[in-house]
Amino acid sequence: MFINSPDALESIRQEAVKALSLREKSNSSISAEAAGLEKGTPHMQILCCGGTGCKASESAKIVENFHASLEAHGIADKVDVVVPGCFGFCEKGPIVKIVPDNTFYTSVRPSDVEEIVTSHIIAGVKVERLLYQDPGSGEHISDSKHMNFYRKQLRIALRNCGFINPEDIREYIARDGYKALADSLKRDSADVLADIKASGLRGRGGAGFPTGVKWDIARKFDAPDKYVVCNADEGDPGAFMDRSIMEGDPNSVLEAMMICGYCINAHHGLIYIRAEYPLAVHRLQVAIAQARECGLLGKNILGTCFDFDIEIRYGAGAFVCGEETALIHSMEGKRGEPTLKPPFPAEAGYFGRPTNVNNVETLANVPVILTKGPQWFASIGTEKSKGTKVFALAGKINNVGLIEVPMGTTLREIIYDIGGGVKNGKKFKAVQTGGPSGGCLTEKHLDIPIDYESLAAAGSMMGSGGMIVMDEDDCMVSVAKFFLEFTVGESCGKCTPCRIGNKRMLEILDRITDGRGTMEDLDTLENLAKVIKDTALCGLGQTSPNPVLSTLANFREEYEEHVRDHVCRAHKCKSLLTYSIDPVLCKGCSACARGCPAEAIVGEVRKPFVINPEKCIRCGMCISRCKFGAINVI
Amino acid sequence: MKVSCEALRKVEEICKKFNNDPGELITILHECQNSLGYIPEDVQRVIARCLGIPAQKVYGVVTFYSFFSMVPKGKYPVSVCLGTACYVRGGDKVLEEFKRVLGIEVGETTPDGKFSLDCLRCVGACGLAPVATIGEKVYGRLNPSDIKKIVSEFDS
Repeated sequence: MFINSPDALESIRQEAVKALSLREKSNSSISAEAAGLEKGTPHMQILCCGGTGCKASESAKIVENFHASLEAHGIADKVDVVVPGCFGFCEKGPIVKIVPDNTFYTSVRPSDVEEIVTSHIIAGVKVERLLYQDPGSGEHISDSKHMNFYRKQLRIALRNCGFINPEDIREYIARDGYKALADSLKRDSADVLADIKASGLRGRGGAGFPTGVKWDIARKFDAPDKYVVCNADEGDPGAFMDRSIMEGDPNSVLEAMMICGYCINAHHGLIYIRAEYPLAVHRLQVAIAQARECGLLGKNILGTCFDFDIEIRYGAGAFVCGEETALIHSMEGKRGEPTLKPPFPAEAGYFGRPTNVNNVETLANVPVILTKGPQWFASIGTEKSKGTKVFALAGKINNVGLIEVPMGTTLREIIYDIGGGVKNGKKFKAVQTGGPSGGCLTEKHLDIPIDYESLAAAGSMMGSGGMIVMDEDDCMVSVAKFFLEFTVGESCGKCTPCRIGNKRMLEILDRITDGRGTMEDLDTLENLAKVIKDTALCGLGQTSPNPVLSTLANFREEYEEHVRDHVCRAHKCKSLLTYSIDPVLCKGCSACARGCPAEAIVGEVRKPFVINPEKCIRCGMCISRCKFGAINVI
Repeated sequence: MKVSCEALRKVEEICKKFNNDPGELITILHECQNSLGYIPEDVQRVIARCLGIPAQKVYGVVTFYSFFSMVPKGKYPVSVCLGTACYVRGGDKVLEEFKRVLGIEVGETTPDGKFSLDCLRCVGACGLAPVATIGEKVYGRLNPSDIKKIVSEFDS
């Protein structure tokens, strides 16, 4: 398969579409009836999630079992097993989807495979117990389109995730892949760039700089060697959208890098990816090898005089390398320390050459903007933030997963409609957006339409799209401390405000959570935070005080309780807690003593037990063990 | 611990594979760590000599990135996720329990070389939070009371 012209690409597409037709068809017409070989369905496909989350729950074993079972029943020629990228509904993984009837099975175990094959695939009877059960109505939902989790989503960047086999470039081509590139190469590069500008696409890595403007700046600097860099150093704890895109649709990133190369006149592409993402690395390597093999990377792409090639560079675990100047230094084999801008990478980046850096999610939007037109993209979203945003929804929420919604969707819609509300019926307390650079938003912010400006105005930020929901059991001082510990650990140490300032802030928070804080500490904390924000060198330092500032603004009374009353209302700060057993409620069953990891609980069976405060490590294990609610914490 | 001559020759080979290019330092360190399991001082000196850069520069890079280690990891490397999702679901308690059961602090290896303990930030299995990995295997929805049993599976 060698593709040396747009016509060749089109003929490959027409051929590849056939293989995908079963999935496309099931996507448009929904049949409530299960398909089955005995019912006369000639051909079926089993889609088994191959994302990191589902792989952690043995999805590879499930795939293996499917192959074995289909073989044993002699139907391997009629049923394909496809391993696509992440479906997004990680809470109920591993996910298995059957087409053509679009049945969505959740929490599948390797031992369930045989039943799916004999009951569904062969006899055409759905396995009811593996269908998603709506928590509200209790009804079993068979098609994912009817699940609240998917209903409000609009998947643009994730359009191919959970749909195509990411290790087969033909499936990408079947979904109009590389069409945007083919069309762009026929046009003047300035016109293509004008389309990206007109779409209003902004950087999805956090800061929200207009992508078209960024490309335009890089285009103006002339040099023999220019670079297009994909920033895949997704370091935000709790954000995994870039990883999912690379695992589920790596070719969209490659195609966008080529289009960028064409627009800014660069011929080298580099992907800087975390070494912690082995599966994403593997999928990118496969995609690059396949693209090279069929001539979509290399010299004279699609028969034009445009040359472009892409290499992978590995990060080594440093959060600061998400900052573009630090990232470039890391790629040069140096410590990933940021430098002052200007000069911007567009002027002097990788080894002093003009370099354009874009984040994975930003790039994944590019091909579809060009195939569907900038006006279409600009029609989605809010006035200043166009298109959609992918969020990694996690924490104390019922539906943990990866979601994509139009800009302007409210936090309430995301948390309650898509996310299914707070776990275990607890009370919502805060939602943290933007990772270590963002802030905690509260009940009163739930109805603001999300975009770059509104989140910043509320004291948080878009960041890369991590969204962690917290309930009444979370102590906001501890949460601020958690993020600050992260920043202190990840600070590169180059500038004083970040290196020393954050350390001092952490010491103050340590004192407060330890019950040794003073009211003056709160003012010092606020002052220090503002100074660091104003004076730190790079984005990491400038945003690192945000978690502290936003919790101080929204939960000041909690800080004051820690300091004044030595009380942590969420019972998180260990130094402020005392555990005891209520002698009236205690039945003497010894469950707590047997579960206590510190062996701090003693007593005789059928008589009240007691906790030795010297030995107690305040882990809370006894609370989860006690069936009688006899453990008191004050 | 002394690194064998054979291992050092391997390091030289790796450097040569990348044309002794200082720009490839991080890729070279990745390969060395993959092949030896860690990057001790002796290895760093060899790399510095091959690439024609000062040893302190190599040391500076090795210590900057959390992925590189100067001490050998245990046979079963334990990593507890402390990403935000795992943290709010009790990842800190899981870590405390691992420390207690293994009797080591983060970054250390047990005296018998069996277990080493580290933290990491997000493996992306947030649906299973809190999560820990031992070698390649991911353990999800952990409760501190599970830890003793999990460790004992490897102890036998």
